[in-house]
Amino acid sequence: MTIENLKHMFSKSAARMAGVMGAAVLLLAMSGSAHAEVPGESQFVFNTFSFLVHGFLVMWMAAGFAMLEAGLVRTKNTAMQCLKNVTLFSIASIMYYLIGYNLMYDGVDGGFMGSISLWGQDDSAAAAGKFVGDDAVGYSAASDFFFQLVFVATAASIVSGTVAERVKLWAFLIFTVVLTGIIYPIQGSWQWGGGWLAELGFADFAGSTLVHSTGGWAALTGAIIIGARTGKYSADGTVRPMPGANLPLATLGTFILWLGWFGFNGGSQLAMGSAADAIAISNIYINTNIAAAGGVVATVILTQLIYKKVDLTMALNGALAGLVSITAGPDTPSLGMAMIIGAIGGVIVVVFVPLLDKLKIDDVVGAIPVHLVAGIWGTMAVPLTNSDATFYAQAVGVVSIGAFVIVTSAVIWFVLKMVMGVRVTPEEEESGLDQTECGLEAYPEFRGSQTI
Amino acid sequence: MGPGTFSSAGVGEFRTPDRDVAKKAERINEMKLIMAVIKPFKLEEVREALTPLGVEGMTVSEVKGFGRQKGQAEIYRGAEYMVNFLPKVKLEIAVKDDLVASIVETIQKTAQTGKIGDGKVFVYSLEQAVRIRTGEAGADAL
Repeated sequence: MTIENLKHMFSKSAARMAGVMGAAVLLLAMSGSAHAEVPGESQFVFNTFSFLVHGFLVMWMAAGFAMLEAGLVRTKNTAMQCLKNVTLFSIASIMYYLIGYNLMYDGVDGGFMGSISLWGQDDSAAAAGKFVGDDAVGYSAASDFFFQLVFVATAASIVSGTVAERVKLWAFLIFTVVLTGIIYPIQGSWQWGGGWLAELGFADFAGSTLVHSTGGWAALTGAIIIGARTGKYSADGTVRPMPGANLPLATLGTFILWLGWFGFNGGSQLAMGSAADAIAISNIYINTNIAAAGGVVATVILTQLIYKKVDLTMALNGALAGLVSITAGPDTPSLGMAMIIGAIGGVIVVVFVPLLDKLKIDDVVGAIPVHLVAGIWGTMAVPLTNSDATFYAQAVGVVSIGAFVIVTSAVIWFVLKMVMGVRVTPEEEESGLDQTECGLEAYPEFRGSQTI
Repeated sequence: MGPGTFSSAGVGEFRTPDRDVAKKAERINEMKLIMAVIKPFKLEEVREALTPLGVEGMTVSEVKGFGRQKGQAEIYRGAEYMVNFLPKVKLEIAVKDDLVASIVETIQKTAQTGKIGDGKVFVYSLEQAVRIRTGEAGADAL
């Protein structure tokens, strides 16, 4: 049942009580100021439903990242990439329970972090039938916990793609523990936890900065400290491409992410208990979709113009860059403006992918242009359509979170480098991580794509 | 041991001064192995053109290599790179001498696109052939 149906029901009973019948009056009742409020328990049910179903969609983005990355690495590293993705999602799930959620949401009060404690469930108000008033919570505690936790996993997935094909499994997993348990929740508390950035007026609706740039900064720091894949850049600066093994898989991954993004942005309305919320969510969906479309079309046209060929992998990056760009403010732009915001994300991909190669920063899947640079662009674009946001507050958010994530990530990567090493040996890299770190092959019955 | 059969002495047999064996060696030398490297998409067309000529079998392999075409430039995420060995299909056909001219000509005409990279045809003399199922040897085995 939709909110719209619900509203019809209430309008009908109101009309009957007044002893007035007929569709005209019904319409009047609907459009009039006397429209009936959705009861608290119904709102509770719909808000919870929204958190859960949108959360499932975001959870499924883990599959999208896994397939995108599995497709863009070489066959000898495919199993490793799949292993990292399934494990990082699991680590995020556990760390967010152990420390992350309360560090992000419990007692931040305008400050810099929450409390250090296990997430604890409190549904007492709803269980007692209390849906209005100060103590009331509009959704089940677990649905909120779940919805927030799947966002953490997204940030961790971003790192995995950039540092693929040379990072040591255990170094990456330990970094993931710190990222999902500490780094992400602390910077998240500044905004979504009601911390100092929120009080400053920073606006980041679904996380262009909080999720995507955070993952992107951690990925960039990792890529620099770990170094490029052996042989990727020759001494004279020429790039030796290492083409991804399975572009259909990368395409499927991108479509899965695109679908999951409706949960990411739509669910970030955080409520579905009123017609206003339902309208907002629907607008967010179409803005999200057209931003992705704008990103793809921009990359397809630009790669044709620049390289005389259309690069599929950049078109896929273009979709994601469009999605990241609209994520900071999917609720306020018009459809046309959302398309332009997304298209500029696509332009960012075409400009920054070769630029990173010039800087010899080896980003296997293009996560830095897509999540970091497009995330910054999307965040800075919010004031263009949202009068509540200011360029100043947006810039403060981008810079402060960027600085925090760079410093903390760099410390962790450096400590890992000194204690256990962050990359495999050149011999192991040559053999592939599937064989040396996992002891198996993703495609044992295929001849390698780069043989002879 | 009748003509056209193969003994455990193997290919060394026709080097003996025995007259029958010398005769057999003559017949064996009437065979050629045609090896052609062609563009992969031309394979079906070539096969269809060859079967009416009396070609009874062929071996096909996917190979990589370079000739005058050298490699080709590809582009991945904004960076160009050379693919130095291009995929081709290699055909091997063992036939009696009298078929060689028409087969070579047919392959040349059918596999031709007129663009660089069409491939080449090579002809080798073939010393021996044996049908594993029956033990027949020489041209009878083809």
